[in-house]
Amino acid sequence: MMKWLKILVIATLFVSCDENGIEGYTPYSPTLQPLNIPQIFSDNILPPIIPLDNPQTVEGVALGRKLFFDTILSANNSQACASCHSPENAFTDSDRFSEGIDGIQGNRNSMPIFNLAWNYDDNFFWDGRSFGLEKQALEPVENPIEMHNTWKEAIISLQNDGEYPNLFFDAFGTQTIDSILVTKAIAQFERTLISANSRFDKHLLNQITLTPSELNGFNVFMDESKGDCFHCHGNANNPLWTDNDFHNNGLDATFLDIGLGKFTGNPADNGKFKSPSLRNLKFTAPYMHDGRFATIDDVINHYSEGLVNSSTIDPLMKAVNDGGVQLSASDKTDLKAFLLSLSDDEFITNPAFQNPN
Amino acid sequence: MKFIKIFLTFTLIISFFGCDDDYDTIIFGGTISINFNHYWDGQQVTSADFNTETYTNENNDILTISKLRYLVSNITLHKSDGSSTKLVDYYLVDLSGGTSFSISDILDGNDYSSISFTFGFNEADNIDGNYIDLNSKSWNWPTMLGGGYHFMQFEGKYGATGTENPFAYHNGTARVSTGVFEQNFFNVSLEGFTSSESETIVEIKMNLDQWFEDPYTWDLDTYNTTLMPNYNAQKLMQQNGASVFSLGIVN
Repeated sequence: MMKWLKILVIATLFVSCDENGIEGYTPYSPTLQPLNIPQIFSDNILPPIIPLDNPQTVEGVALGRKLFFDTILSANNSQACASCHSPENAFTDSDRFSEGIDGIQGNRNSMPIFNLAWNYDDNFFWDGRSFGLEKQALEPVENPIEMHNTWKEAIISLQNDGEYPNLFFDAFGTQTIDSILVTKAIAQFERTLISANSRFDKHLLNQITLTPSELNGFNVFMDESKGDCFHCHGNANNPLWTDNDFHNNGLDATFLDIGLGKFTGNPADNGKFKSPSLRNLKFTAPYMHDGRFATIDDVINHYSEGLVNSSTIDPLMKAVNDGGVQLSASDKTDLKAFLLSLSDDEFITNPAFQNPN
Repeated sequence: MKFIKIFLTFTLIISFFGCDDDYDTIIFGGTISINFNHYWDGQQVTSADFNTETYTNENNDILTISKLRYLVSNITLHKSDGSSTKLVDYYLVDLSGGTSFSISDILDGNDYSSISFTFGFNEADNIDGNYIDLNSKSWNWPTMLGGGYHFMQFEGKYGATGTENPFAYHNGTARVSTGVFEQNFFNVSLEGFTSSESETIVEIKMNLDQWFEDPYTWDLDTYNTTLMPNYNAQKLMQQNGASVFSLGIVN
């Protein structure tokens, strides 16, 4: 005991003031890679959430990117994260329900992945059941209708791979791989998936002029007596275009999937799901937590004429007793034009976000 | 062994400070905590009551509450000699988030006897997009209605069970007509306590029933949703708001 304490004392002194390291020893030294925060974000909203124990590094992001696109995490080596979160679809799935490795479908639409570091409450999934991006990434590997693997087997596969142990050393200073390091790397890559270069962003930066239809569509969006979309989906000063909160938006009278309520246990949360960002709708069809709407027109028609009352419907669905906010045909056209102006073509083709394998 | 423990402790302390060039200046003073509590006819309301507890307003509408957030700004302590100390520029009270804050190290914390604040932002402070923390909470008020920020979002449902209607009592700048706006904040001053040097806890009570009465008996069938662009509703909120705050327990 005494011997260990003495060693600890010496080590503490050594670490606390030495800047040059031990002679002859090459320390693990990842290169920090802070997020490239768009001006439209830094001007308007709080800084991103980066866990203190998982700083962004060049090596960590590269490793996370490789893992994200690698089928090695699935039980039969057939499915990667990117299988259901494709770059060309703004990292969601064009299928209503994704199939896991056994051909079994889930009951929710895959969520798009971008600007996740600005999810300030840090609740992930449609029902918010995972706190933190790293924790979210733990689940799909073992989910029986997704990758249907065990973390033990996934780690064995990675540990026996010719490349991964060295890549983990470069990123985290150890060749001993575990699920915590895997999810840290994936989360680092996911945090780099930043989308902020849409036509509307350029309009806010005074780089382009929107069409009259797009501008009127924005007014419909911001008008409480018309679309009233802004209460849940942001505004020009909150360019995330989501409140990252949970709402019952009048889809059903009764719930086959109770959403947030299953996680919180509060019946008042039944039927509530996370507001998705309205960025990149051009690429993210189908829409809603269960992908029930194939087109943006279907979504607009839902809020205009298709609202259904239920016990937990959000008071912001104010016109539910009239079926919706009853937009005119021209306002619907303009609202759609505005919504499409939030899509970012460069995001889905960004070389840094493609499959490196 | 005892020597080693002492040496270890000393070493750890040295290691913490050994490489630091600067020391922060710490000024000790009083602490004041401001607690915003909420009541309906004397019965406390918290987020645990949301969606389930029913309340009856002056107009005999039965309602439930699902959300209550509001902004108070320029929260300032005053002494009888006229001196004052601003505690915070603004604070967003959210019954599902935070409803209290504390400020430490107030110099000469004795003898404050009143507290004042603005409900919402005054005209000078209500600058569109100026506060990134409020932007991040989508607290903005539409530009077409004068811009700036919401002052309050008070939401719920009213009416008989099974046939409820929503209400969204949202307050902010009042639009008179297109491009013409009227400020809608109000100032609150609560007196009658004495702060101490060490710690003082001030309870500020918002009496929710007052939003629906005095002077205007609020009829939810008349004013329920889409109130933001409704000039009359906005001014009635301002009038009723004048009596919603009172001083609670101070210790």
